Amino acid sequence: MLDINKIRADFPILSRTVNGKPLVYFDNGATNQKPQIVIDAIAEYYQEINANIHRGVHTLSQLATDAYEVSRAKIQNHINAKFAHEVIFTSGTTHGINAVANGFASLLKQGDEILVSAMEHHSNIVPWQMLCEKTEAILRVIPMDENGELIMAEYNKLLSDKTKIVTVNHISNALGTVNPIKYMIDKAHEFGAAILIDGAQAVAHLKPDVQELDCDFYVFSGHKMCGPTGTGILYGKEDWLNKLPPYQGGGEMIKEVTFEKTTYADLPHKFEAGTPNISGGIVLGTAVDYLNSVGFDNIQQQESELLEYGTKRLLEIEGLKIFGTAKEKASVISFNIQGIHPYDIGAIIDKLGIAVRTGHHCAQPVMNIFCIPGTIRASFSFYNTKEEIDLMVEAVKKAQLMLS
Amino acid sequence: MTIKEIQKEIVDEFSMFDDWMQRYEYIIDLGKNLPLIQEELKTEDNIIKGCQSKVWLHGEQKDDKIIFTAESDAILTKGIIAILIRVFSNQKAIDILNADMDFIDEIGLKEHLSPTRANGLVSMIKNIKMYALAFDAKK
Repeated sequence: MLDINKIRADFPILSRTVNGKPLVYFDNGATNQKPQIVIDAIAEYYQEINANIHRGVHTLSQLATDAYEVSRAKIQNHINAKFAHEVIFTSGTTHGINAVANGFASLLKQGDEILVSAMEHHSNIVPWQMLCEKTEAILRVIPMDENGELIMAEYNKLLSDKTKIVTVNHISNALGTVNPIKYMIDKAHEFGAAILIDGAQAVAHLKPDVQELDCDFYVFSGHKMCGPTGTGILYGKEDWLNKLPPYQGGGEMIKEVTFEKTTYADLPHKFEAGTPNISGGIVLGTAVDYLNSVGFDNIQQQESELLEYGTKRLLEIEGLKIFGTAKEKASVISFNIQGIHPYDIGAIIDKLGIAVRTGHHCAQPVMNIFCIPGTIRASFSFYNTKEEIDLMVEAVKKAQLMLS
Repeated sequence: MTIKEIQKEIVDEFSMFDDWMQRYEYIIDLGKNLPLIQEELKTEDNIIKGCQSKVWLHGEQKDDKIIFTAESDAILTKGIIAILIRVFSNQKAIDILNADMDFIDEIGLKEHLSPTRANGLVSMIKNIKMYALAFDAKK
């Protein structure tokens, strides 16, 4: 069991007020808050060891390089990657997806097929569309049902020898659905297709085991798991990462450069051109340590209680409809109130100190399926409480009263 | 009335409210009372892109003035539109182009000028000024 007061004390921002009210932060799906230990680690890096990595022989450069590589190993361990060099530092999920999609440009030909799910974030749609434009490959969409669950029968029908890559999120940002990725990975492999899992929404809630999953790529962002913004990880199986050409050219990613020919560095450096976000990369390791010290069992228990309680309380509100009612769901509740635009609710409850996301959540196709302009999304983290849910419910009721 | 005079009048009205709730309730009322835009004007061309809520804005010339009509699917946005229409509709293009927007801050709606929200308000003002610019150029 979590000592919630102790946990909350780790996050300084949670004790601030907004518009004169105590902050209730339910926008964890967009980015979650940072514990003091992470905030301190950023300052500590700049105070103690700031230097460029993998370059200098001087002590600081060595210290910074060591810290960076220690962090890589922590993340390798966290996701159970076979090798540290399969863990590529990126600026975030979007960067990771673009690097893979870009790499596939050299592997696809006209008529090849890419499968994406109907509930993807724009970041996991647009790079593939761009890839299709370049290669004349075809984008096919795995449909979902009215509960926000992907239809596996349709997925199986879409898979064929033409399928070269499948891309799907582990957890949907707009609906909270936890997708059956193990099944989808195995099915994709039956057809010899690669599969990328967008873990952006998952890594705050669970610990992915990439070897057990057997996925070819798993991408995520640091800032959604208590780490700094501008950090992320692209995990790829060694074979795949060797097969893909580098995404960007520059320093660090080369073995030898002449004007006639450049040879690329080995993994992971091949995909890490330029000076990276060194402090961010190091501190992402601190964030991973922090989450593991809290414990993912504890995190999941707290979050599933919040999901259950939040769902029950919100459904007490007349005219409220929840979008995304999958059996397997993360602590995300997307909802609307009949006759009221989500923006109006969001603007009013903000005045009452409640931070939620309103709009299409960068998943316009999902909104189009439900024929709605957007939703209000409350996404809970392990540091949230039932009392905060009560405050949100009261605020939504007040907004409803003002608006009707 | 001139744009300046109307803005002053709105600032005076808003100064009667004690808190944000009263201000929002007033804006909601304005939104509810805003005349609806004609269905045929709800075209793709008239949609202001980038707003969280959908906004349609249409302007047409009447003598030397511009008449604006607009609508939104969100009520707060509609209320803000009502305020903008009161300020800018039935004014000369050159006056619209020269108008400053300080009154938005004075009535406590500055937060709606922040980049996310108002893509809304900022784009609406931009579009109103674009109409004025286009009509002014035609002279």
